[in-house]
Amino acid sequence: MSRLDPGKRVDFGRPVAVVRNRSLSLRLDIRSMLVCIPLLLAALAVAVVSLATGDYEVSVQQVLQAFTGDAPGLAQTIVMEWRLPRVLAALVFGAALGMSGGIFQSMTRNPLGSPDIIGFNTGAYTGALIVMLTVGGSYAGVAAGALVGGVLTALAVYLLAYRRGSQGFRLIIVGIGISAMLAALNHWLILQAELEAALAAAVWGAGSLNGITWEQAAPAAVVVVVVGLATLVVARRMQLLEMGDDAARALGVRAEPTRLLLLILGVALTAAVTAVAGPIAFVALAAPQLARRLTRSAGITLLPSAVMGAFLLVSSDLAAQRLFAPIQLPVGVVTVCIGGIYLVWLLAREARKS
Amino acid sequence: MSLTTAAPQLHAEALTIGYEQRVISENLNVRIPEGKFTVIVGPNACGKSTLLRALARLIKPRSGQVLLDGKSVTSLPAKELARRLGLLPQSSIAPDGITVADLVARGRYPHQKLLRQWSVEDESAVAEAMEATGVSALSGRLVDELSGGQRQRVWVAMVLAQQTPLMLLDEPTTFLDIAHQIELLELFRELNLDKGHTLVAVLHDLNHASRYADHIIAMKDGVVVAEGAPRRRHHRVLGGGSVRDGLQNHR
Amino acid sequence: MVPVVSQLMAPAPKPHAGEPATAAQSGDNAAPRGGVVKRSGWRVTFLFAAAAILLGAVVLSLGVGAKLIPASTILQAFTNPQDTADHAIILESRLPRTLMGIAVGVALGMAGALIQAITRNPLADPGILGVNAGASFAIVVAIGVFGVATLSGYIWFAFGGAILTTAAVYLIGTSGRNVVNPIRLTLAGVALGAVLTGIGSGLTLLNPKAFDHLRSWSIGSLDTRSMESVATVAPFMGVGLLVALFCVRGLNALALGDDLATSLGANVNRTRILGVVAITLLSGAATAGAGAIGFVGLMVPHVARWIVGPDQRWIMATTVLLSPILLLVSDVVGRVAAPGELQVGVVTAFIGAPVLIALARRRKVSGL
Repeated sequence: MSRLDPGKRVDFGRPVAVVRNRSLSLRLDIRSMLVCIPLLLAALAVAVVSLATGDYEVSVQQVLQAFTGDAPGLAQTIVMEWRLPRVLAALVFGAALGMSGGIFQSMTRNPLGSPDIIGFNTGAYTGALIVMLTVGGSYAGVAAGALVGGVLTALAVYLLAYRRGSQGFRLIIVGIGISAMLAALNHWLILQAELEAALAAAVWGAGSLNGITWEQAAPAAVVVVVVGLATLVVARRMQLLEMGDDAARALGVRAEPTRLLLLILGVALTAAVTAVAGPIAFVALAAPQLARRLTRSAGITLLPSAVMGAFLLVSSDLAAQRLFAPIQLPVGVVTVCIGGIYLVWLLAREARKS
Repeated sequence: MSLTTAAPQLHAEALTIGYEQRVISENLNVRIPEGKFTVIVGPNACGKSTLLRALARLIKPRSGQVLLDGKSVTSLPAKELARRLGLLPQSSIAPDGITVADLVARGRYPHQKLLRQWSVEDESAVAEAMEATGVSALSGRLVDELSGGQRQRVWVAMVLAQQTPLMLLDEPTTFLDIAHQIELLELFRELNLDKGHTLVAVLHDLNHASRYADHIIAMKDGVVVAEGAPRRRHHRVLGGGSVRDGLQNHR
Repeated sequence: MVPVVSQLMAPAPKPHAGEPATAAQSGDNAAPRGGVVKRSGWRVTFLFAAAAILLGAVVLSLGVGAKLIPASTILQAFTNPQDTADHAIILESRLPRTLMGIAVGVALGMAGALIQAITRNPLADPGILGVNAGASFAIVVAIGVFGVATLSGYIWFAFGGAILTTAAVYLIGTSGRNVVNPIRLTLAGVALGAVLTGIGSGLTLLNPKAFDHLRSWSIGSLDTRSMESVATVAPFMGVGLLVALFCVRGLNALALGDDLATSLGANVNRTRILGVVAITLLSGAATAGAGAIGFVGLMVPHVARWIVGPDQRWIMATTVLLSPILLLVSDVVGRVAAPGELQVGVVTAFIGAPVLIALARRRKVSGL
């Protein structure tokens, strides 16, 4: 049957675009697209502003010229060597965090699910602290420490929670337990250190994009893109799991292997960001929820979450740089404030409605 | 849609199933009659849901096997099994903000691939499923806003959209009021008689079972205590009597 | 803040088809199943045993430290105080510490039991009402903006911050006619807590002196030098305990779900409001006095429930005895392992977490 009988059209209650040709057939939600595209443009606009402003003002025209190599010498260096890595990192890392948050919120079926239920961020901080306070803070060392700490913690939590399958509730409790232990350890480590070292450690712990270079940002960005694409492939299975293990398996999804894969992908996305920039809070939490409310979609959608995350982080980074200039705030402080304010506003609005 | 392929054969051989430490059933041999509406009944915690879940490959048997058309279900790839056997689980979660059409469309997953996500067959299957269950008019509504009876029919539509010759239903009527229960049972009878699906349902109510089923499997304490076609002349099975009295050619 | 966010993820079972919501919730709590210690007689014996252990912990706390002081000397210090070094150590250094430990322990444990009962979330911790965040933010403001430098100075700020935050959280978490929604309350606590933590850490990172003070405060420590701090916070804790006693009966009904509780004649709202007031007083005073000590409020009520069953009255009685034991023992361990270096907040986490994980790995994860 190649022609669709008009009586057999399905009404989804919202505008949908169907694309069909010989090799593929897709159903696209129009509202999601109408949200993602302007959001992406907005993020890019903020990015351009970030490239243009700072201690040395560069005009927007010069920024665009810099991409083709036509800008005057100093502006070229400033835009391409100093600012671009940071801005690009903000966009890519924000997308990674948004997507990671989406994965965890979908898996835990809870709007407050975050990569940290598996103790990753706290463990990463522990690893980084140990490196910073013993060996000294070389970038590579700290990043390695953060990665190792985070991954080991995530592994420990998963294994401890595994008992013929990682039941969601158990995963959360074990995550809390281990996170709390490591958080206490982190507090203690900070207390032991000299004030200056402790301050530097705390800045890292708040999550910061200060001083990011190409060498630092590029590998992480590659990881994010690859893992991000892999995640989009698994996205449908993730959505089916939201209906419960039984319903998903009845449809042919292998629940536990898929969950493990999603966990790995989610952790990988967070890990790439945390190793380079430290644990940046709240983007993973807020981006998927904001995206969901704008697109009015069912459950978590990954692409809008990613775009929203990129927008949030690049805006927060701009604020972090400009708010108290010349002092640079760690971007994590701004994201926590924005995220918290958003939640409060959301709750107050819900309260007024009911 | 009429099912032109031969009716599926599902049976359990020497099945021992249980959870963690507890063994629920041992050495169970059950054969689901092809093309019929089979109902499994029994008191609470008699193992009927466990049996159904084992048939649907949700539980791994400790020993024995479940065979679908002669092949062990564990040997089939997950999606392939999902194309032949559909299951309506006891408790499923409707994601926040999902519309009826969206939920029913998810039932097409076993037939879809990465680049083929919404073919013409998919769309018509969904439309037909919604029509058969009478929820077409609710197509664009949010599932959260529906009544219990309507919601259950949407879930049945989702399983229907899967277009499987065999459908397993785990307590589909338990939380509905009487009118909706009858409505659903009539729908199942129609799916079986008119559309040719083989149905296996776990029901609580013996009266419903004897009225609608072609074949009843009665269980107690993990064992099949009686099996056979219900005697239609008795419109009610008296509570105190034995289940066997209500069945003809039982074993 | 990070563990706090994870705490909210006790999945609420969503009803399927026409399934009534309360069935899913109260299914687990239908009839109060006794805990390990089933009958009243055994429970009373258990309580006596716990009280005896508490006494032992007190003696330990008074006797153990950089200098080991025998029990006889301890007794003498109270009955016949003289001007010796030992007596000085006991009365001026260890006694305030021990008293603070008992007070904070009782307060935190009670607050934890209350909040778990009110939010019906077994993973709730007093901190989720934003108390800790409010207190530390206030301290940052005290040190950074007002230049307050002493504990007895900023203890009032901490307490004020705790109260204001809880009030704000309560306002956000309540809708219309004083109906408290436990989920929204929790979310509001997390959100506001996050904002305050963010602004607070922003301020500290800009102000090294505040950072220095805060990092020693926020770990949770019983390094109190004077009875003055104890005397400052104790009255608030006392009032909090009194208020808590008023709502204990209502809490048992609350566990069955709002509708059922109301039909049983319990005033659900009043119980909740009283409970929140009690939690604020208890938590605020404890946090102000000893910093942010985690896990006591989370873990002890859980363990108590496991031992004596789901009756809130028994849970609270048990908690009131067990939590100071935990706190004092943790403090002693910290003192012995690394004198002055290992704070009680660290030790409680390292003791509490394995217990929590062990509990989670039991086949049936205990609900409320």
